[in-house]
Amino acid sequence: MKKTGLYLLLLPGLLFLTLFMVIPIAMTILSTFFQEGSFTLEGYLHFLTDPYFLKILWTTLQVSLVTTIACILLGFPAAYYISKLGPRKKGVLLALAIFPLLTSSVVRSFSWMIILGKKGLLNSSLLSLGLIEKPLEILYTPSAMMIGLIHLFLPLIIITLVGVMENIDPDLLKAAGSLGASKFTAFRQVIVPLSVPGLIIGSILVFVGSLTAYTTPALLGGKQRVISTFLYQNAITLNDWHMASVIATIMIVITFIVIGLMNKLATKLNPKG
Amino acid sequence: MREKNRGLALFTFFIFLFLLGPLLIISVTSFEPGTVLKFPPQGFSLRWYENIFEVEMFMETFKTSMIVSLAGNLLALVLGIPAAYALSRFQFKGKSLLNGVFISPVLIPGIVMGFAMLKYVIIAYQLPIYAGLLVGHTVLMLPFIIRVIASSLSNFDFAIEEASLSLGAGRLETFFKVVLPNIRSGIIAAVLIAFLESFNNVDISVFMTGPGVSTLPIQMLTYVENYFDPTIAAISVLLMIITAIFMLVIERLMGLSYFTKR
Repeated sequence: MKKTGLYLLLLPGLLFLTLFMVIPIAMTILSTFFQEGSFTLEGYLHFLTDPYFLKILWTTLQVSLVTTIACILLGFPAAYYISKLGPRKKGVLLALAIFPLLTSSVVRSFSWMIILGKKGLLNSSLLSLGLIEKPLEILYTPSAMMIGLIHLFLPLIIITLVGVMENIDPDLLKAAGSLGASKFTAFRQVIVPLSVPGLIIGSILVFVGSLTAYTTPALLGGKQRVISTFLYQNAITLNDWHMASVIATIMIVITFIVIGLMNKLATKLNPKG
Repeated sequence: MREKNRGLALFTFFIFLFLLGPLLIISVTSFEPGTVLKFPPQGFSLRWYENIFEVEMFMETFKTSMIVSLAGNLLALVLGIPAAYALSRFQFKGKSLLNGVFISPVLIPGIVMGFAMLKYVIIAYQLPIYAGLLVGHTVLMLPFIIRVIASSLSNFDFAIEEASLSLGAGRLETFFKVVLPNIRSGIIAAVLIAFLESFNNVDISVFMTGPGVSTLPIQMLTYVENYFDPTIAAISVLLMIITAIFMLVIERLMGLSYFTKR
């Protein structure tokens, strides 16, 4: 009886996911190897030899990498500061970091259109200060995309790191100090290595998130395509479903490679061994 | 310590300025009386807030978004609560694999999921777009529902359940009268988190639009591409108010540790 009961609890959800997620995804991947009924790798060959397609892939990887590095550099010190605060202040700052994370990505990207536009806040301030002579063209470039993505994902890495740093025993820092390490050395030798697991999880979230983000590149990137907007363009505008499926498969493969590599790195670097 | 932390405090202040400044700017510009978004605004007016209610597409898509998020949430609860219970209550073969399957929707890129669903759920299974939206959002919400409720169940002492069973209550009765009331706050938090995920979703919804059917975020995207008046800023403010209220309730129910744990 117990076994049957267990299956009854799990089955509805499992069936639902199989029908509406597993089969559609599996069939999408499978469909990339067939065209008009016969086996082919045409789509992949096309993607991997067309310089325009490769440039989109390259831009996407570049934007994601810069976003990830910027998020680490900006997020790490902030997270360290927050993790050292008393519970009340920490709670407030965490809430202020979580709030943008829960806010619509359309709203957050749109706010950067107001700031970065030709007549936007940034340009009008710089112009009136006399720092520039004609408006900077930032909106609708990869730079705008990166700013939008950093804004999108920075809270994620901050709260992930705070979660890890909170659990570092403060006595370890004291011990390092009493053994003669300077504050900075103690930070470098104790806090940084012990934060590595959080750093890796955070980096995966940011990198994969930027790699697959749609709204921000669609609003801030202008004509500059990244892989997700390229998928949409092929599927909806160009109606080339075979190519769209190829792009979808490439996105899944890259996502899983990144997660796999980072997990491997995490086990290797984990100080607890 | 104090001395050294001053630089770090300043740095953190600028980080938060970067994170929250744009949201503040959007809020201020929503009161612009003119037809073009400007910062600082040239006066004070609520006309763009009124405009939201006058543009029929905003009201229509808001309704669709609400229905899809609420109905999808309910469906995800019906599918997710039993699964979360089974996964946290019992030990069995293949448990971690099943756990992985139930969490997997968050691993697949949203835009890929949306495209695959358009291709199979709408075209191959021939479900109407509205049903496709509902199904897509249910898949999207399921991992959040399961994760939050499972973590709530992990704090539940199953000895209480055993006690109820040994006193003669049936399994189902025990579940509804003993287990469920004990994880009530977890369930409400799960519903709110999943609702925000669904209500704000673009990646899946962008593939599921058709004659007369679209969600609010997609309508906002379309609007931004064509107009640059403060209407979107006004909607943004309303959305941020809803988000803030939800976040406060989630915090009350289970603290913010859900967000910092990975």
